[in-house]
Amino acid sequence: MIGIEHYVVVSSILFVLGVLGIFMNRKNIIIILMAIELILLSVNLNLVAFSAYLGDLTGQVFAMFVLTVAAAEAAIGLAILVIYFRSRGTIAVDDVNRMKG
Amino acid sequence: MTVFAFYLFAALMIASGALTIFARNPVHSVLWLILAFFNAAGLMVLVGAEFLAMLLVVVYVGAVAVLFLFVVMMLNIDFAEMRAGFMKNAPLGVAIAVILLAELVLGIGAYRAGALDLGTPDGSAAPLVGESNIESIGALLYGNYLFLFETAGIILLVAMIGAIVLTHRAPTNPRGHQNIAKQNARNPKEATHNVSPEVGKGVEL
Repeated sequence: MIGIEHYVVVSSILFVLGVLGIFMNRKNIIIILMAIELILLSVNLNLVAFSAYLGDLTGQVFAMFVLTVAAAEAAIGLAILVIYFRSRGTIAVDDVNRMKG
Repeated sequence: MTVFAFYLFAALMIASGALTIFARNPVHSVLWLILAFFNAAGLMVLVGAEFLAMLLVVVYVGAVAVLFLFVVMMLNIDFAEMRAGFMKNAPLGVAIAVILLAELVLGIGAYRAGALDLGTPDGSAAPLVGESNIESIGALLYGNYLFLFETAGIILLVAMIGAIVLTHRAPTNPRGHQNIAKQNARNPKEATHNVSPEVGKGVEL
């Protein structure tokens, strides 16, 4: 029988993969954004699993709000990426601190 | 059967999550991300959260992943150069990942040993008896969480307007560089002038 522990283990592995992705692809901001999506996905999975096992739908409603914020964040992040690419001609973010001012 | 489906979805999701961050080509990364979302939706169906699973497929695969795909293909980026620091960052990244995983495993172990209590819900958000998952969520969303739901809509509106404002470029003159008003305003007196320079002096243009 699949218990709550199975879901927690799977989502924590996915969370760690997302964090690893941020550190491994420090230059490529597209992959960093995708890794953030992976992290939010694992959080959603966790919320849904606990909601199902506790018999309380608040977790699913909250997962929906997380989904909303993730979609908004992806849209704004990619828009910033596009204008950064237009002005710089590259998306290497290790020298992005020049963006100030 | 459920056990088999769980392990299938979980293994595929973790594998495609790993390939998302390790793929050489970002287009492949996006496609692996889509596979990860599909498998996560499958895992959610297994615990009876059909509405959220479908929402995941529609919103993530249909909108967010396609947005990623558009941006990856629209920007002409040298991806080989992007991978330069990959191996250099590996030790730090792996160290942090191992520490994080160890902490999570410790937490799960503490739960299994009985050190944590999940608590009991107060029943105010329990699924409605005899209703489907989506009807129960709808009753909750348009009842208890109405204002938060509206706020989520406003957040999406702000994100949409923000993305449009950020990437919008003022339209350039559709007829090239011709400015008709400027042409009509010209007259021969301003367009030409006669000069008679002295011998040995230059002409100022």
